[in-house]
Amino acid sequence: MADTAQMKVSDQVAISIQNMNKWYGAFHVLRDIDLTVYQGERIVICGPSGSGKSTLIRCINALEEHQKGSIEVDGTLLSSDLKNIDKIRSEVGMCFQHFNLFPHLSILENLTLAPIWVRKTPKKEAEEVAMHYLEKVKIPDQANKYPGQLSGGQQQRVAIARSLCMKPRIMLFDEPTSALDPEMIKEVLDTMIELAEEGMTMLCVTHEMGFARQVANRVIFMDEGQIVEQNEPEEFFNNPQSPRTQLFLSQILGH
Amino acid sequence: MSDTHAHSVAFVRMETIPQSAPPLAAAGPVRWGKDNLFATPANALLTIASLVVIYFILAATVPWILNGVWNAGSLSECREILQGTSGACFAVLTERWPQLLFGFQYPSEAYWRPTLAFVLMLVALAPVLFFDLPRKLLIITALFPFVAYWLIWGGTIWAPILALVGFIVGYLVYAKFVNRSFAVGFFGGIAAAFVVWALSGYIVPALTPEETLLSSVPSRDLGGYMLNMMLGVTCVSLSVPLGIVLALGRQSSMPLIKWVCVIFIEFIRGVPLITLLFVASVMLAFLFPPDQTVDLFIRVVIMITMFSSAYIAEVIRGGLAALPKGQYEAADSLGLDYAQAMRLIILPQALKISIPGIVNIAVGLFKDTTLVSVISMFDILGMIRGPILASTDWNGLYWELFLFACVVFFVVCYSISQYSQWLERRLATDHR
Repeated sequence: MADTAQMKVSDQVAISIQNMNKWYGAFHVLRDIDLTVYQGERIVICGPSGSGKSTLIRCINALEEHQKGSIEVDGTLLSSDLKNIDKIRSEVGMCFQHFNLFPHLSILENLTLAPIWVRKTPKKEAEEVAMHYLEKVKIPDQANKYPGQLSGGQQQRVAIARSLCMKPRIMLFDEPTSALDPEMIKEVLDTMIELAEEGMTMLCVTHEMGFARQVANRVIFMDEGQIVEQNEPEEFFNNPQSPRTQLFLSQILGH
Repeated sequence: MSDTHAHSVAFVRMETIPQSAPPLAAAGPVRWGKDNLFATPANALLTIASLVVIYFILAATVPWILNGVWNAGSLSECREILQGTSGACFAVLTERWPQLLFGFQYPSEAYWRPTLAFVLMLVALAPVLFFDLPRKLLIITALFPFVAYWLIWGGTIWAPILALVGFIVGYLVYAKFVNRSFAVGFFGGIAAAFVVWALSGYIVPALTPEETLLSSVPSRDLGGYMLNMMLGVTCVSLSVPLGIVLALGRQSSMPLIKWVCVIFIEFIRGVPLITLLFVASVMLAFLFPPDQTVDLFIRVVIMITMFSSAYIAEVIRGGLAALPKGQYEAADSLGLDYAQAMRLIILPQALKISIPGIVNIAVGLFKDTTLVSVISMFDILGMIRGPILASTDWNGLYWELFLFACVVFFVVCYSISQYSQWLERRLATDHR
């Protein structure tokens, strides 16, 4: 368990966020965010609701616009240039709380759509890749069903496979297990752990502290749009520094 | 705690009770009738009253229809045959059949042309309506408008061919430049098509021989149910794509596009269709130079299309709004560009939600084509109210004619409605 967390990460920068600020109208959601993510690093972001953690990772693939500061993903600077945005999005996979599978397409079509249309992969090859990842998330037998016929856990695993089909260099997870039954959380977390062990760069917004302890290199605690504390998981959980972090941890681990 | 008590709590069933048929009084037609027709005294009273009403309606209409006269030269002849008994005079339909279908000015030796066009229309619609058919059949659909134009209006074959060439050139230019930028490709394509059409304005008269293969029929000679079908099919097939564009435009983040669409939709929705039709028939003529008029048929098509596309745009906007935001985000996060996200993810779902609304407007549009009778176009209603009822032979015969008009419209509208229900079932993949 511990050795996954201590796996050496490279010094190659995957994401570099500098002095980033975001407002919703007059409301200052993200304040002076500075964050450097190295290739192969696994970061868990936690914090109370409304702390801006989802907004932060949604800024990385430009689902949300930031108004000040800079975000650089894999050497590409995020600007209003649509070409850059599309390039970054095809390099960055994302999983959502509510899966967001395309209900009008079969599982296989969900997986092959982006490779075929964005990467221009031939259909047959895209299907082979899709089946490979479906096997990886252990549901190859569901390939021809529709998302509505699958359980929540299966849908989330399909969503992960869908992102992986684009061969992303970075994966973002936005509370991937929050909408799932306890039984299904495990199957999704297992998939994510497997992914982490393969060296994927991951940013996860999650409240699964067990997952954070087991997999993360770094845990970030956010509150009121700011990064309040970040540390290695052992230190973070056993010896939190800021009183806000202590309060948060006592509340979520308290029962 | 006693043994008996323990026994009554613990319970194990070793075998399953086999299924058996329900008692007779609980199923079958007797039970159904009792539940639905005679459940309470008031219910029974209503059932009996309804049966009486139905009886009187049928007693009046069935003999009238069955006793109908199908062959007679005029209303007075009909009355002679009937000799005072109740009976319909369907002879007017037999005698005026071609007029009801094609109008009273369309050359009778050319009736086969619109008929053939109608059959071809069914073939051309098939791959659009039933998408399980091979996609190659869409070529027929693409060629159909040009063939149908040539069949119905006749004249030189070069006019539709050059119109088609214009579209092809426009598409080729679009395909060549679209990689550079969508706007360059799009507007370049449109410009190229217009250049071809402008040039063909000079070429076509030069190519036209004295005698054309199909005799030329001017638009004012079109009429009857054919005119309703032509207007209905043309306007529906033009207004759905235009409605999609308007709906997407209204959601655009570019203010210019957004406001153009909003103003168009709100203006058109605020004006009665009949006003627009009068504008088409009278006012537009003032806007064009005297020697250059746009065909009345085209003017009417433009007006009806604008009218219904504004409504369709609003229906589709409802469909777009009903989609969860997550669908847009998922499409974005996979790196799909705007056109791909719309075409592959958003529109298929939004249109599916909008099917009942779109069909509602399509059916309404088809029936509204009868409004052209007020701007002196002789569609089926114009034919009935004009040449047929005004003739001395058939003056005073209302029921049969308007019943016929009802039936032909009902057949088409009901088919559209049935098709849309089939489509909804066919597209139901979300298993909600």
